[in-house]
Amino acid sequence: MEYIIIIISAVFVNNILLSQFLGVCPFLGVSNKVGTAAGMSGAVTFVMAVATLVTYLLQYYVLVPLGIEFMQTVTFIVIIASLVQMVEIILKKISPALYQALGIFLPLITTNCAVLGVAILVVSKEFTFGGDPAMLNMPQAVVFAIANALGFGLAMILFAGLREQLELANVPKEFKGTPIALITAGILALSFMGFAGLV
Amino acid sequence: MAKESSMKNMLITLGGVTLIASALLGCVYALTKGPIDAAMIAKTNSAISSVVPDFDNDPSSDLFKIDLQGKDFKVYPAKKGGEIVGYAIESYASGFGGRISIMVGFDAKGSITNISVLSHTETPGLGDKIEPSKSSFSAQFAGKSPEDFKILVKKDGGDVDAITASTITSRAYCEAVSTAYEVFKKCKEESSKKEVTNE
Amino acid sequence: MSKLNLITKGIIKDNPIFVLLLGMCPTLGTTTSAINGLGMGLATTFVLILSNMVISSISGLIPNKVRIPSYIVVIAAFVTILQLLMQAYTPGLYETLGLFIPLIVVNCIVLGRAEAFASKNPVSDSALDGIGIGLGFTLGLTILGAVRELLGSASLFGIKFINGDGMLVFILAPGAFIALGYLLVVFNKFKSKLSK
Repeated sequence: MEYIIIIISAVFVNNILLSQFLGVCPFLGVSNKVGTAAGMSGAVTFVMAVATLVTYLLQYYVLVPLGIEFMQTVTFIVIIASLVQMVEIILKKISPALYQALGIFLPLITTNCAVLGVAILVVSKEFTFGGDPAMLNMPQAVVFAIANALGFGLAMILFAGLREQLELANVPKEFKGTPIALITAGILALSFMGFAGLV
Repeated sequence: MAKESSMKNMLITLGGVTLIASALLGCVYALTKGPIDAAMIAKTNSAISSVVPDFDNDPSSDLFKIDLQGKDFKVYPAKKGGEIVGYAIESYASGFGGRISIMVGFDAKGSITNISVLSHTETPGLGDKIEPSKSSFSAQFAGKSPEDFKILVKKDGGDVDAITASTITSRAYCEAVSTAYEVFKKCKEESSKKEVTNE
Repeated sequence: MSKLNLITKGIIKDNPIFVLLLGMCPTLGTTTSAINGLGMGLATTFVLILSNMVISSISGLIPNKVRIPSYIVVIAAFVTILQLLMQAYTPGLYETLGLFIPLIVVNCIVLGRAEAFASKNPVSDSALDGIGIGLGFTLGLTILGAVRELLGSASLFGIKFINGDGMLVFILAPGAFIALGYLLVVFNKFKSKLSK
């Protein structure tokens, strides 16, 4: 039951992009076509899930026992950067077509605030059994990470659809491009606020 | 002008940069540990002052711990002229977004004087209404004795008015307050048995 | 490029928020009030200047293939130092800015400047560039923060104007997007007037 709450909250109520503002750069940059948006979201989902798992383990089995929590920022980002590098190499070998399609966006996942953001969020939310720090609840943490990635993907794809329509609309000159995109994002965020209170 | 990218050079450089960075961080951490701890104590003290009646001792240095079901809880006694006038008890529960930490103030008879929130990761605009500055939710506990005022949300048969659309957060808050009361009762038991020596 | 020019270009011509459209996440996430925006801007400027200087001085020693990871480690180190300093000396602001402080590491502005400028220019120029871009960022954040605070809580820098709430939506997520969108239009008009 708790898993349902985690998923609904991460995808709708606290959408990583529309309410927590993480992952906005690719959101504004990649989302003009639904296809690219979907591809980007897939890559991000994978990296987010794996990165969260690794950083979660690192935090509780290395950083905390050694008392070096202050190394969190450095170690987390190094893990994420390495993961993205690995994904690039693997993707190049398994599916060169997808690798080409994603192009520059793949290395950009490293600087996607959503990935580092979710990794830190997971640790700060202390997914444990009954609130006891000694009993780590890893499945919940992973579900949370994947749910957030799905929320990211959902927002991206919805937005890409909206932008494709915007291209055909009659937008005042000064608003063309980013300004109207931002205002549209704001209205999309407004609509997601309706989910508040679901849980 | 960069060095050639041989495997050996790459590893040495990356390793070197990371080592120097970590060493630097270790130093800064050691230097700032004092001020950081001092800032935390200042915050605790201000939370204590806001929840218990007037006192003339230093509750932080009179701090003792009570064990409840295997978990330690911090109790800060407030005294005036050597007599106990109240207790500030740090309690916590698992909320919607993670651990909610509160400081509950009791007067000597066991009525709640005031409650302040130490930390939480609840949803802004919803669960964060447990903060005194954001809504009157926490004010409803003031002056009430848990013996007459049932610390459960009305939905669960208690007397507490929950925050609209934040039942989980409200429940967790109540749980933390009830736990604090259990600690208080244990406190009174033990102080009537043992002699409290301080200063 | 004159030294003064290095600083001023970061404010208008190459303003990171309004022109380069970088660093959007903290721009939207920390501008709930003018002070928060100002604080975030200054914190980022701190990291920007220091990392620019260090990266400029070591860029000659780093093999090409590992330059991005190395830059990231340097930036992450300075962000952590900032975190520790803020926790010790500005705990209130530290708690308000929360998650966005460690996120300075992935702020495209910092890595972007390191890659585009600091790695190819001398230390002093890189420092000035850091100051300029940092100032532009801080200015943008403070203005957006002021607008949102004015509309959302009817106050400015904490000083309330009316006895009540403003339009709450501006302190929440949608308001951030919308306010930034309109501010962008204003800035563009301002910039095109300047170049006439």
